[in-house]
Amino acid sequence: MLMLIKGGRVIDPGNLDGTMDILIANGKIVEIKKEGMAGDEYPEARIIDASDKIVTPGLIDMHVHLREPGHEYKETIETGCLAAAFGGFTAICCMPNTNPVNDCRQVTEYILQKAREADTVRVYPVAAISKGSKGDGLCEYGELKEAGAIAVSDDGNPVKNSQLMRRALEYSKGFDLPVISHCEDLDLAAGGAMNEGGVATRLGLPGIPNVAESIMVLRDIALSELTGVPVHIAHVSTRESLRAIKDAKKRGIPVTAETAPHYFTLTDESVKKYNTNAKMYPPLRSAHDREAVCRGIADGTIDVIATDHAPHSPIEKQVEFDRAANGIIGLETSVSLALKLVENGVISMTVLVEKMSTNPARILGLENGLLIGRSADITIIDPERSYRVNADNFRSLSRNTPFNGWDMKGKAILTMVEGKIVYQEQ
Amino acid sequence: MQFSKKDILDMESLSVDEITLILNTADRMKEISERPIKKVPTLRGKTVVLFFYEPSTRTRASFDIAAKRLSADSLSISASSSSMVKGETLIDTARNLEAMNPDVIVIRHSSAGAPHMLAGMLKPSIINAGDGMHAHPSQSLLDLMTVRENKGEISGLRIAIIGDISHSRVARSNSIGFTKMGAHVVLAGPRTMIPKGIQALGVSVTFHVEEAIRDADVIMMLRIQKERQQNFLFSSEREYSTVYGLTKAKLKKAKDDVLIMHPGPINRGVEIAYEVADGPYSIILDQVTNGVAVRMALLYLVTGGARNADAD
Repeated sequence: MLMLIKGGRVIDPGNLDGTMDILIANGKIVEIKKEGMAGDEYPEARIIDASDKIVTPGLIDMHVHLREPGHEYKETIETGCLAAAFGGFTAICCMPNTNPVNDCRQVTEYILQKAREADTVRVYPVAAISKGSKGDGLCEYGELKEAGAIAVSDDGNPVKNSQLMRRALEYSKGFDLPVISHCEDLDLAAGGAMNEGGVATRLGLPGIPNVAESIMVLRDIALSELTGVPVHIAHVSTRESLRAIKDAKKRGIPVTAETAPHYFTLTDESVKKYNTNAKMYPPLRSAHDREAVCRGIADGTIDVIATDHAPHSPIEKQVEFDRAANGIIGLETSVSLALKLVENGVISMTVLVEKMSTNPARILGLENGLLIGRSADITIIDPERSYRVNADNFRSLSRNTPFNGWDMKGKAILTMVEGKIVYQEQ
Repeated sequence: MQFSKKDILDMESLSVDEITLILNTADRMKEISERPIKKVPTLRGKTVVLFFYEPSTRTRASFDIAAKRLSADSLSISASSSSMVKGETLIDTARNLEAMNPDVIVIRHSSAGAPHMLAGMLKPSIINAGDGMHAHPSQSLLDLMTVRENKGEISGLRIAIIGDISHSRVARSNSIGFTKMGAHVVLAGPRTMIPKGIQALGVSVTFHVEEAIRDADVIMMLRIQKERQQNFLFSSEREYSTVYGLTKAKLKKAKDDVLIMHPGPINRGVEIAYEVADGPYSIILDQVTNGVAVRMALLYLVTGGARNADAD
């Protein structure tokens, strides 16, 4: 079947930017032409009118928790994939902190099998760095790679042992598995429930200092320099981490970094009234940090916007603040929140596409971009579409978002994976 | 003035007028406890649940006696006897209690914000009897009452609060309460025990106890917990008592009419020397006596007592 995406502003950073038509056949991009040139030759093609819309290579969320296997009441691979499609993502990376932990071929294959059955968006499993993510022995990276793992990370359970982190970087390189690091000094963060500072002091909640993150960012940068192996820093939240990453990049150390929409949108003020939907790790930081994160996105210190989509049920969230689980869902609000950065002049639309598609693909070694012959993984964004977030309508099984009821402008209206429309706004 | 608050959650949410009304009501309530028959029928037919998730002797007894002196029916539930040990969540336990139609739930909980969560979901009035490191409003109110009783006025006084400020809900509530009523609060303790950003409450901070003591009208010592050594907050009780404890020698540098307070329980010989706790300037036991009066006032006011009946 032929499909023609007509008249949209096509943005593929470093490749295309302009009003163009894209012709798709058998799941592949077969033609990209200046507006009006492709249409008439293919009268049988299904037309997708993209005028006044942005057409981008499929968005990738490289930091998602799918909760299956083990916590299917929070999210399944199927519902997570639906949420991703709804949010405009054609591919997601799922973190290994399931039960059992994704530290062996069987779990990786199970995830991929479930993803095939869901048949929605692409799922790339991130396997554990250490067995059981317990920090005392390397996983079998060769076998994991062969089974389909895309990267390794002990996300949620930081690698405390610096020797293990060094060896993980060296050993993973042999299999071309990027290492994603969750930076948290467990002793400095111990007992903490939110960002350390005035708000925590007023609320009587134990605080987590910024350096609980940056001290480990600095360590991982040092290990990347020592080994010459790239390291990707997950969910950056502090100005100290940003300074360290910026400096490391300047010195040519192969470090990359991501942040999540909540870190460039919210501050620890959101915790007031003990809102457990504003509790996550790392915690929401001060206004200074939020501004630094925005600057880091604009100046390239931050390469990627990823959600850290972390579904939890009311069992984990409708409890005392210090007992509540960390994490919020993000797949279905990420694009709209990132578009606020464009609206506010922090970044251009092109940079948004870089952070949400081009760069994650580059870091993970994935094929990406709107090129003839490539798989038709495409997202269409309507930057003018205004709506109010209603978590009750989410595809995700969980509702733990601090953005419920927010007024948004702009969202993904069509998500296409290999030429198949997996989500289309009515 | 009518009292319109459903819940008593923290000092932050009480206005100066509301605090004054509570203190004035408590002053009147105090006399009831001095009668030979210490009971008035004011809250007859009202039910007060004392829901204590954390151990407490003084506060629980104080609320219990306060309820009984006003003829309310009071019922005590503690963490070890509650369904929580069977895995029930706080909200489920509280909703079950609510279904039995109590008028007031007095809650103490180790988690900051637990009373706020219940207040937002339940019909009965919630009185916070201490939540984590956050707030202890009835303690702050009884401290205000005791200081006002002894000094005549709170405004213009210099209040030194000394010890583990970080972990103290009493320090937080008193910082807010005394500042609101026009006093100047000085917090003192080792740097490890002063939380970041506490100055935003309108208080000043010093790391030298002597500096806090000098010119103070009131010195409030906080209990130091042995377990804090494991978190590297201090080296030893011996050193703590020498450097940060209130000794007779340190007291010599204070004003002649200084008052010594302590929210209890006291570690004699650690944060406060034996003889200082019992000295003439000590109003530690007055605090406990006034605690009953303040809690009577709170129960009376949140149940709409001011509208329905008179305390006499």
